[in-house]
Formats: sequence, structure tokens, C-alpha cells
Amino acid sequence: MAEYQNIFTRTQVHAPAYAGVPLPRGNWGREGTPGVSYWLGKIGDAQLGPIYLGWTGIAALICGFIAIEIMGLNMLASVNWDPIQFIRQLPWLALEPPPPAYGLHFPPLNEGGWWLMAGFFLTTAIILWWVRMYRRARALGMGTHVAWAFAAAIWLYLVLGFIRPVLMGSFGEAVPFGIFPHLDWTAAFSIRYGNLFYNPFHMLSIAFLYGATLLFAMHGATILAVSRFGGEREIEQIVDRGTAAERGALFWRWTMGFNASMESIHRWAWWFAVLCPLTGGIGILLTGTVVDNWYLWALKHGVAPAYPHVFPVIADPALLQGVAK
Amino acid sequence: MSPRRQGWVTAAVVLLAVLVSGCERPPPESVQRGYRGLGMVEFWNPRTLATQVSANQAPEALPPAPAGGPPASAVFKNLKVLGDVSVTELTRTMVAMTAWVAPQQGCAYCHAAGEDMAADTLYTKVVARRMLQMTRHINTNWKDHVSTTGVTCYTCHRGNPVPAETWTVNPGPVTAQGMAGNRAGQNAPAPQVGLASLPFDPFTPFLDQRNEIRVVSTSALPTDDHKSIKQTEWTYALMMHMSQSLGVNCTFCHNTRSFAAWDASTPQRATAWYAIRTVRDINTEYLNPLASILPASRHGPLGDGPKANCATCHQGVYKPLFGANMLKDYPALSGVVMTPAAPVTPPPQVSANFAIIYFAVASSDVPGELPSALVPIVTALKNNARATASISGYHSATGDPTQNSDLAKNRATAVQATLVAAGLPSNRLILLKPMSAEANLAGEDPMARRVEISVK
Repeated sequence: MAEYQNIFTRTQVHAPAYAGVPLPRGNWGREGTPGVSYWLGKIGDAQLGPIYLGWTGIAALICGFIAIEIMGLNMLASVNWDPIQFIRQLPWLALEPPPPAYGLHFPPLNEGGWWLMAGFFLTTAIILWWVRMYRRARALGMGTHVAWAFAAAIWLYLVLGFIRPVLMGSFGEAVPFGIFPHLDWTAAFSIRYGNLFYNPFHMLSIAFLYGATLLFAMHGATILAVSRFGGEREIEQIVDRGTAAERGALFWRWTMGFNASMESIHRWAWWFAVLCPLTGGIGILLTGTVVDNWYLWALKHGVAPAYPHVFPVIADPALLQGVAK
Repeated sequence: MSPRRQGWVTAAVVLLAVLVSGCERPPPESVQRGYRGLGMVEFWNPRTLATQVSANQAPEALPPAPAGGPPASAVFKNLKVLGDVSVTELTRTMVAMTAWVAPQQGCAYCHAAGEDMAADTLYTKVVARRMLQMTRHINTNWKDHVSTTGVTCYTCHRGNPVPAETWTVNPGPVTAQGMAGNRAGQNAPAPQVGLASLPFDPFTPFLDQRNEIRVVSTSALPTDDHKSIKQTEWTYALMMHMSQSLGVNCTFCHNTRSFAAWDASTPQRATAWYAIRTVRDINTEYLNPLASILPASRHGPLGDGPKANCATCHQGVYKPLFGANMLKDYPALSGVVMTPAAPVTPPPQVSANFAIIYFAVASSDVPGELPSALVPIVTALKNNARATASISGYHSATGDPTQNSDLAKNRATAVQATLVAAGLPSNRLILLKPMSAEANLAGEDPMARRVEISVK
């Protein structure tokens, strides 16, 4: 009974290491001798490796390394090459995009040039990694759902760091590379455009974000709960419903009147997860390009409610006559 | 307990300690101020509030001076301020000032020992005189901010010769002086902006210079307003400072569903609006000019003198000294109404690579054939064939926006034409449209009607 209520995987399958299906012609070989780890077996498959890098993987790692080096060395230079200060201040440090005055022109290295270079290499690395994911899925004869889900995240990344800045005519609009600085940027972005929470695509994105986690929890819980009846054999149960599928379905029909099927639940979860960055990216893209103040936009379209005045209404002092400035 | 279990327990205890280390010991209290559901709530912790209250008590007022007697100006020499009060009131005010500003050092902090009281030997006396003028100016002309509570020396000094909270231009932490590591004025754990990674010196642009603070768009759909997110971060930094200096949240002044909307804001926001103008005024008119007479030890790293920000008076409290009215006991500090000077065109500002030329109201005429302010610019451009000058025109807020926009542009082209006439090729004289050509918030401001020329 307690078997299935443990947060860790209780059963580990140890088998002779499996190198995987034969690779198509023209592919590189897989790297490393597969090993078995007891601790990895607690959270996933106990077998570690082999890994396939391929030229896209190698190129992605090199580009990613260059990007991280540019960011890291700039941060290190910003604390005057002091390794202790680098560690202490790391969450505050950043590589900033160019000042808005440079528009879309190439700025000097130390005024955003490094940022452009880091962004270029990071983007190249991410896109190469995407190609690698797509091709590995194809090499295994799989569908490319994972690659397209990753592409949804890349869309949001590109909107924030490239597409929207280009539409706005200034790389200065983009996000800095840094831990706290990118969070401050996010808050400043919302303030500048009159409260992003009134952006309907931001609302959708949040709904899909929380929705995806909720669906994931519901699905994970359902499968764990029926695994004593063979529920973890989800794929078989899609076409050949056993008692696990029936019990899970009945449970949700009892509790909320409707249930997803063993197959459709995965499409629900995939779409919710993918729509989170897709709608979020649309929301960011519209901000400043199509809508300049989401609060005023929401007032205009009846989205933002009016509240009773509690304080005496005050006028903007800047509009009063004869006010000292 | 096995060593492995002991390890787990230690790890769990450490993790728990880390998790709660950012928490404040209870019980915080809260009160709703705005309409329900809007998060218009103020928080405080009675324990920390009690410490604050005891640390922010106004000292007992001195017994009042007997009425009557000759005016101080008839008795004392070299009396440039406070001459309008009686001799006894002046003496009483001096005693109070000594206790407020230099309790350790005594009278000799300003009046050199063994010399005539009238002598201006010590710089501290010259500063003190100017500060008396400033106090009277604030209490008279900035009632929109200080109301009738007013300020006294004690509001800022609290027994210190230099107020505990002042600021000088902050060049930021040391960075590698090379081709990398530009902090862009931010990204350091800056205590003055609540340890955020926001710009660490929001004071220079907003509390000394008069840069535009408002960044939120005033229309639902895009217009010519291109205020950037970076600009927003500077405003955000100033707001963090205000919030921290007053010990309040954003919601003390704003309804956070729209920071910009005045009809949703609290009355405190208007008070704070005047506060920014008050501080700008005293920094530019009173505190900056004193830098030249201060000893180098009082200067900031870039050689400017200490200036005021919100924390200088407030010191963590929403009203300095929790609103104690000290001014009513010291009539000498309330001063007289001064009429503001008529708007005039200020003289141009010049340095080797930068110049500002001011214009008359609604005019884009460059004064003179080649104004002296432009001579260093011409020289700099002629000496360096690769250098270019960027020229930006500005206008004041009064008048029709379209006309004003043209006016700012005409001013810039007029300066460009003057420089072309001085023999410079026009392709090295770049007209640079500023983020906002409107250089002040409202009304007429001689400083706003300007053209800035910088050589790069």
C-alpha cells in the first residue's frame, strides 16, 4: 500500500545496459559506456548514457559556452576581476543591452556590443540544440512533439530578446542577462506599459501556466493512484482499456462529471504547456508595438472595473496653473 | 543516531534556517486604506515601530524668549539672516541650533574661539547661515510639501554636524577600466534603492537635474512617446528610495493597478510630487553651491558636496519625527515670503566637449553670430576630424505640443546652421532627437528652453 505513496520511485529495473537502436547512416556514434546509478534510479532510469552529441550538439555547446563566457567575463570585469565579489554579487550582476540611443545600430563593445554578441551565440546555441532535438526524435522514429514544445519556449525567448526590440527599433528594449536584473527589467516592463496584468494574452499565459501544472498534477496523481491496477501501462490502456483506465475515468466523472481519456490527457497537458509561452510571446509582442498602456486599454474596453473613490480625488499637480516646478 | 541520519538532520535544520532567514519576526499589523480588494494596505510591525518612535522624538522646546526688545540687526554686526527677530529670540535660536547640530563641539563649531562672533572665519558658519536661509525658504515657499509643520535644523541634523543621510554623485563600484564590465549605472546591491539591482544613483538625474520621472504612457495606443524600459528602471529606483526612506509601500501613494493614474492615487502622492520639487530646489539653489567652500573631506568621490534626498529628513518615517511640530516653537526659522524671480534666459553652460545654449520664450534665434559657448565645440571639432557633435533641442511644457515639438527641432537646426556658418561640415553635426524634447513637467522654465551640444 505504502509502495505507491512514496515520493521516490520504489522499483528499479537493472538490466544489461542498452545502447539504443542502430543509428541511421551519416550519424555520429554515441559517446560513453553506459553505467548504472542507484541514486538516479530513485528519480528516473538507473542507466546513465550513452549520449549522442553529433555536430549540432557540439556546435550548440561551443556557442553556449561562448555566450556564457561573454556574460561571465563581463560580470567579472564589472567587479574589477575580483573572484570573491563575483560570487557575492553574482545575483545582482548583469550584461546590459545597449542604451536606447543606439537603436538597432551596432554599439561599442562595452555599451551593449558584448550583449549583442552574447545574444547571438546564445540564440545560435539554442536553435542548434533545437535542431539536435528534432533530428534525434526523427532518428528514433519518434514524433517531434518535444522539439515543437521547445520551439514554443524559443518563440518567447526570441520575442523578448530580438523580435520585439527590432519592431520597437531599439535593442535597448531587450532583457539584460542577469539574475536580479532581468527580474527588475520585468517589473519595469510592466510599469512602463501601464500594468501587464491587464494584457489579455498575459492573462491567457498565466491561465495556461497554472493550468498546465494543475493538469500535470491531476494526471500524475491519477496514474500513480491506479498503477496498482496496471495504470502505468498508459499506452496499452489507450486502445485496450483495463480496469485502471476505467477506474481513473470513473473517478473523474464522479468528482467533476467529465474525464479526459488515456490519450487525450497527454494532448491537454501538451497544449496547455505549449500555449503558455505561445500566448505569453504574443502578449509581449503586442506591448509597445500595438498597445502602449494596458491599463488604459483595459478601461477603454471594459476589462478593468471602476472602483468607488475612497480618497479625496486629487489632481495632477503638474497640470495646475502657477505651480513651481 | 547514525552519522548519515545526523547529516540529514543537520541539512534539514540549515535549510529551514535559510528559508526563514528573510522573514520578519511577528506580529506585523496591517490596515486597509483604499477600496476593498485593491491591496491598498499599509503594514507595520509594532516591535520595530516602537524602536522607531523612540529614535524619532523631537527634543523638548527651549523656554520661550521674553517678548519685545530691539531687533537683532540693531545689535549684532554682519547679520545677514535672522536680523528680523529680537535679540533674545536670536540668542535662543542659536542655543537651540547648537544642541541640534553641534552638541559636542558647541558654539566654537561655527564661531571661531577667541574671535568676534561676527567673523566668518569658519566655513561652518557660512554654511549655517545658508542653511538658515534654506530653512526659511522651505517653510515659506514649500508649504505644499512641509505644510505648517515645517522643518527645523533638527529635522535633518538630529545632533549631527552633517545629517546622517545625505548623498553625493555615486560613480558606483570599481569596475575594470577596459572594454568590458560596464554596469550601466546599475546592477550592484545598492542600499539606497533597497538592495535592488536598479540604478544606484537615481538622485543625480531626478533630485539634482530635472529629468523626466514619468515613464508610463498616457494613451492606450502607441504615440510618439518612446520612453524606454531602461528609463523606467531609473524612475523605479527613485521610487524604491522614496518608499524605503519613508518606511512605506508603493500603496502609500499609488494604487498599483495604475501607478500613473492620479484619480486612483492617495493624497500623499501630491505631497510627494511637491517633495521632489522641494528637494530639487534646495539641492540646486542651496546645497550644490556650498560645495566650493566645504573642505575636501566633506566632498563625494567626484568632488561634489553632500545633498538632500528623501531620507535626509524622513529617516525611515512617513513624516519626519512622526509629524512633531517643532517649528511653532522657533518663529525665527519660519521666515518671510519671497517672490520668485521673473523668468530670464540663463547664461550658456560650456565645457570642452559639451555646451548648453538657452533660448528666449518661443524663440529659436541663436543669440549672436557665433555664441561664445560654441567656440570650444568648434575648436574640438576642428582639432579632431573624426569627432562628431550631436545636437538636441528641447522646449518647455507651456504651449501647444505640436508647435513645441517644431520649436525644439528649429532650435537644434538653428544651432546646426550656426556651426555650419562657422565652417564645419553638416554631416558631422548630427541632429539627435531626445527621448522627450519636453524638458520640464509644466509651465515655463528657462532651463527647459535649450539646445544641448555634445562632441563625441
